[in-house]
Amino acid sequence: MRLDARFSWLPTPFRSLMLFSVWLLLNNSLSAGHIVLGLILAIVIPLVTQPFRTKQPLILKPGLAIRHLLLVLYDIITANVQVALLILGPTKRLNPGFIKVPLDLSHSMPITILASTVSLTPGTVSAEVYPWLESLPNGDKPEQRYLLIHVLNLEDEEELVKTIKQRYEAPLKEIFQC
Amino acid sequence: MAEWIISILLLIGGFFVLVGSIGLVKMPDFFMRLHGPTKATTLGMASLLTAAMIYFSQLQDGVSAKEILISIFLLLTAPISGYMLIKSAIHHKLKSIERTSGNDNIEDDV
Repeated sequence: MRLDARFSWLPTPFRSLMLFSVWLLLNNSLSAGHIVLGLILAIVIPLVTQPFRTKQPLILKPGLAIRHLLLVLYDIITANVQVALLILGPTKRLNPGFIKVPLDLSHSMPITILASTVSLTPGTVSAEVYPWLESLPNGDKPEQRYLLIHVLNLEDEEELVKTIKQRYEAPLKEIFQC
Repeated sequence: MAEWIISILLLIGGFFVLVGSIGLVKMPDFFMRLHGPTKATTLGMASLLTAAMIYFSQLQDGVSAKEILISIFLLLTAPISGYMLIKSAIHHKLKSIERTSGNDNIEDDV
């Protein structure tokens, strides 16, 4: 896990990239003026707002991150078709259930991303991260965290846990190295 | 040609949004109801917005790409609203239907 970027004038490279592309998309133009203005905004806004933010882990493997993003987008499409079939099919045959997935990730930001991916992919909605940090004695780090997931149609619990861990968690762990 | 693509995308989008709403009505308990809106709707909206993008790119000169932004923000916010809903449902100890397995995985909150 790395919190500080390589250059101090560019504390969050990916946020800058995002601000730049959002600016261009909002203005719907690729003219030189908007590119220069967008570049200035993308560098100045993160610098000015830096004192207000807690530091988040940086993406250390950009190539893998893009590949993971494409994989998740593909899964979202298949997930939609699957859930549509489940919804239109007979309700009585669905076996909903809550399952707990042990997490290897330790930082809350990658866990948030994992929870969101789980919510967007086949038949699963993430519900909670255990243990509650408030229930621990002050400032203690939990040894093992769990993600509580509600599954629309639970067939094989072990298989599902394995898929989530291998398909979504392992790449995140490598991207953020934590 | 473009008209065909737009029509097909609109139909796909409409279908998925409709399925999401059907799921909202048809499912027996709150937790299962959540699955429709968090998933089916995102793809539906994405196809509707892609259709809008193609239509407006054709109508005026140049490409209209603002709609991509709406899709991205929808993708970012849908899981978070789902998460908040299911969290408050657990906090209020809403009953799930009887055949739900693994109810003991839910811990009491502090």
